[in-house]
Amino acid sequence: MPRIVVDVMPKPEILDPQGKAIVGALPRLGFTAFSAVRQGKRFELTVDGEVTEEILAQARNAAETLLSNPVIEDVVNVEVVEA
Amino acid sequence: MTELPLIGEAVAVAAHGSDLRQLNGAKIGVVTFPGTLDDRDAVRAVRLAGATPVALWHADTTLGDVDAVVIPGGFSYGDYLRAGAISRFAPLMSKIIDAANSEARLPVLGICNGFQILTESHLLPGSMIKNDHLKFMCRDQVLRVENNTTDWTRDYAAGQEITVPLKNQDGQYIADEKTLDALEAEGRVVFRYVGFNPNGSRRDIAGISNAAGNVVGLMPHPEHAVEAGFGPEEGSGTEGLGFFTSVLNKIVGDNK
Repeated sequence: MPRIVVDVMPKPEILDPQGKAIVGALPRLGFTAFSAVRQGKRFELTVDGEVTEEILAQARNAAETLLSNPVIEDVVNVEVVEA
Repeated sequence: MTELPLIGEAVAVAAHGSDLRQLNGAKIGVVTFPGTLDDRDAVRAVRLAGATPVALWHADTTLGDVDAVVIPGGFSYGDYLRAGAISRFAPLMSKIIDAANSEARLPVLGICNGFQILTESHLLPGSMIKNDHLKFMCRDQVLRVENNTTDWTRDYAAGQEITVPLKNQDGQYIADEKTLDALEAEGRVVFRYVGFNPNGSRRDIAGISNAAGNVVGLMPHPEHAVEAGFGPEEGSGTEGLGFFTSVLNKIVGDNK
């Protein structure tokens, strides 16, 4: 069954406290190549049947209204993934 | 001393016509969502202020005849997705949003998770993100009342400092610079943290209001500082009670 993947990231200008904690932990494990981490969210919306333009539009709408908060987050990707 | 019952007994006492019931007929609704923690304390604060608490359930489709609403703290829906994000779409919230924006300007107070729900509902601007130090923090917090003209702060003096408990993990208030400048210019920063910013909130903002002053949200918990002996040790320990007497006076004044 096809899924629609929605990726949400904290806005670039907003400090991401979780990402900051992760970047602090990486070198303690020997991962020294990374200077910054930002943590986002991935949603997978399963669709029964074909993903029409209308369904994709619904997913984009849901991404903007419920899955993300436009004050602090950006929807960076909405795409269909065939299972 | 008059007994002050908890929420489970509130209705029975009201029916028996207690003295408190006669103090004022003002009804203040307190909303419970799945995962709300502080509804009982909010109910108790309403009662101690001399109003009649009305328990509201998130799935209710009517507000009844309440004169004001408190959205208390807790972890509604486990803070899943974002704090307050799912509660914002509860049936009762659309009624509260309409009533707050209506000409009647229903007074609405959001505390902690209630504040988060109000920002997710767009009744108040900005948003809360995780504390800058990433930890849950619980402490007695000094706040300065920056605006004492809102429905929920009129019993305080301008610039008055009050101590109430603070306890949260997602308490860092943020908004873009333009929004922050507008809030400051319009006097809508209602409370600021004093002495110590516990979560990295922009411009030490602890609470804000809408333009009309009927909707107020803040992260700290005034409902935990309403009864001598049970509130913060700093100050009188009851410095949160003014929120609830403020709205009561506002309601009584309107009904005159």
